[in-house]
Amino acid sequence: MSEIRRRDPRREWIARNRLHPEYASVLAEQGQGAASEWLGPHGVIRKNPRAIGFIGPNGIKRIDRSGAQQGGQAAGEARQAAQDSRRSVTIEAPAFLVAVVPELTGGRLSGHDKDLLGLARRLADADPKRPGAVLAVVFGEHKEESFGEAGIDRLLHLPGDAYAGFAPETRLAALSAVERELAPRHWLLPDSPLGGADLGRRLALRLGERPATGVWQIEADHEAPQGWCCTARGAAGSLDIQRPLPRVALALGECAEPVDETRHAAEPLTLSIEPPGILSRIEDLGQVAVDPAGVALAEAEFILSAGNGVKDWEGFHHAAKVLGATEGASRVAVDDGFMARDRQVGATGTWVTARVYLAVGISGAIQHLQGIQSCDKVVAINLDPGCDMVKRADLAVVGDSAAILTALVAKVKQQRGGQRDAA
Amino acid sequence: MRPEQQGIDVAVLVSVGRHPITGRARRADQDARGLELALGLERQLPGSRVSLLHAGPRAEESEAALRGYLGMAAGAGMSAGTGQETLTLLEQAEGSDAIPALAEHLAAAPPQLVITGARAERGEGSGLLPYALAERLGWPLVNGLAAVEAIENGVATLLQALPRGQRRRLKVRLPAIVSVDAAAPAARQSAFGPARRAEVEVKPAAADADREMAEWQLTPARKRPKRLKIVKATSARERFKAAAAKAESGGGQLLTDVTPEEGAEAILKLLKAEGVLR
Repeated sequence: MSEIRRRDPRREWIARNRLHPEYASVLAEQGQGAASEWLGPHGVIRKNPRAIGFIGPNGIKRIDRSGAQQGGQAAGEARQAAQDSRRSVTIEAPAFLVAVVPELTGGRLSGHDKDLLGLARRLADADPKRPGAVLAVVFGEHKEESFGEAGIDRLLHLPGDAYAGFAPETRLAALSAVERELAPRHWLLPDSPLGGADLGRRLALRLGERPATGVWQIEADHEAPQGWCCTARGAAGSLDIQRPLPRVALALGECAEPVDETRHAAEPLTLSIEPPGILSRIEDLGQVAVDPAGVALAEAEFILSAGNGVKDWEGFHHAAKVLGATEGASRVAVDDGFMARDRQVGATGTWVTARVYLAVGISGAIQHLQGIQSCDKVVAINLDPGCDMVKRADLAVVGDSAAILTALVAKVKQQRGGQRDAA
Repeated sequence: MRPEQQGIDVAVLVSVGRHPITGRARRADQDARGLELALGLERQLPGSRVSLLHAGPRAEESEAALRGYLGMAAGAGMSAGTGQETLTLLEQAEGSDAIPALAEHLAAAPPQLVITGARAERGEGSGLLPYALAERLGWPLVNGLAAVEAIENGVATLLQALPRGQRRRLKVRLPAIVSVDAAAPAARQSAFGPARRAEVEVKPAAADADREMAEWQLTPARKRPKRLKIVKATSARERFKAAAAKAESGGGQLLTDVTPEEGAEAILKLLKAEGVLR
């Protein structure tokens, strides 16, 4: 084949004439369906102004001058690329270890955990020539898949029922085994009531360290023994204590920015010696059934919320009782007198933090969506597939709410009955 | 169960609190809740003895605050029969470490249950004291106590408060240390007259200065900076979208044209995966 580019004047002519009946097919053949710029035969950049932009939802052509979008199809790929832009980092031979014990609320890394891992990365990456590795110690079962994205280089997973529930003495024995074998330079724990605050203080005293609690800021300081000094809250939050960073630190939420530019290896690690079994003096008898109606809406874990679409109120209250959910409501349901004012969810009511929010017949006014911003999983049952709540939801079921709730209640009851038979 | 239940010895460790707005000395909120719990225990188990213990300097202001605890116990029959409540004050110089003195005192006459607040309202306020005592005495420790359900044969059944209003039942072998926080029952009012009449028993205690803390810089807490939303946008279009976008998840699953049973099945699967069904 010769290198000379052959021109087809007729096709070019058609390509220039957008009223020509073959215009679209010729453009597609030239591969310019989407491209608005190409290198011409003489090395000159050619532009097709008519290929710029895309047809908007109302059938009107929209042009995006930022250059991010060239034709309608490219947008999706660009977004994919943006998500994958994290830099991969592998630390083969770390100079030291920074151990983090995340609390893993609900089996996943919480926002507090991610902030803490961001803090650990600051400690580990301070000297680029001698980087440290972040070691996460995870107890029991978990559902987290993105340990690497959160900035973890080494992952020590200790499975087993012994660590489930309230088992501080067993966990402490395992952490002592980690200390003996790996001797991390820093220990970081979240200063949160579930796990970290308790375990961290126990660990510090076992290691004979005086920990810094309520740490919310760290700064490099060459005079301090560890090379860092920290600012911690003291005296019920009324004092700021500036002190050298000790080996064990318990940090508050938002102590650092979470990792968002790199992806780490999260290599699994095992202990050569199994942590010794401990005969615990504290026996966990399990969680106690709490009346869900008595739990404050702002801190409820599972909320069943009703809106304008609910007609069968008896069925709704029954469903909340069977599912063990705290009841919430949209403003319309409250204004119409079906629910009490203190049950209202949204900007004018309560800002909720539930892990699962089940919205029944709520279309999703912006004030309501603001109120559920910090919910993890949102499930919507609605008749209208186009409403905002369905767009926000992680799982949306389009259908009659009363029928779906009845079916759900029946299934839950059937399952509980089956469990009782088995036991 | 025996009809005549034996009471137990309960020691409540109290500290001088700090009013969050005026900064004046007062009874500390969490310690007062601990005392309330102990007094409730006294009603539950007749014959129980509650003693109050504080380690620190003796001063007029702190003594007034400590008498706030004594006023709570009025009429509850503390220090069986004498009709007067007492508080043991282990006198130490300002800025000395309370942990060795308390541990020594507790080890000399061990009570079966020690109740403390989770953290102090003055000084470092690290919440380490119950842990340090537990480590020194070798006793088990339970934090975040909400209620004591029963004490039988040297084993206590406790309710521990979890976040989100949940409760967990634990069994602990006595002697044990428990710490209470805001989930415990609110403290009753303090009666002024009995508080004035009550006795404070002062005992000298060994005091080592807390040298490490003397080197730290303590300043009034400044407001923490609010976290800014960082938008890493490379183009104007992305910046605009980040500024104007409504909350959208996009990755959601939409089920249309399903029977109610199928829809309920999908919801049930998610609820089970999240572990919110009990």
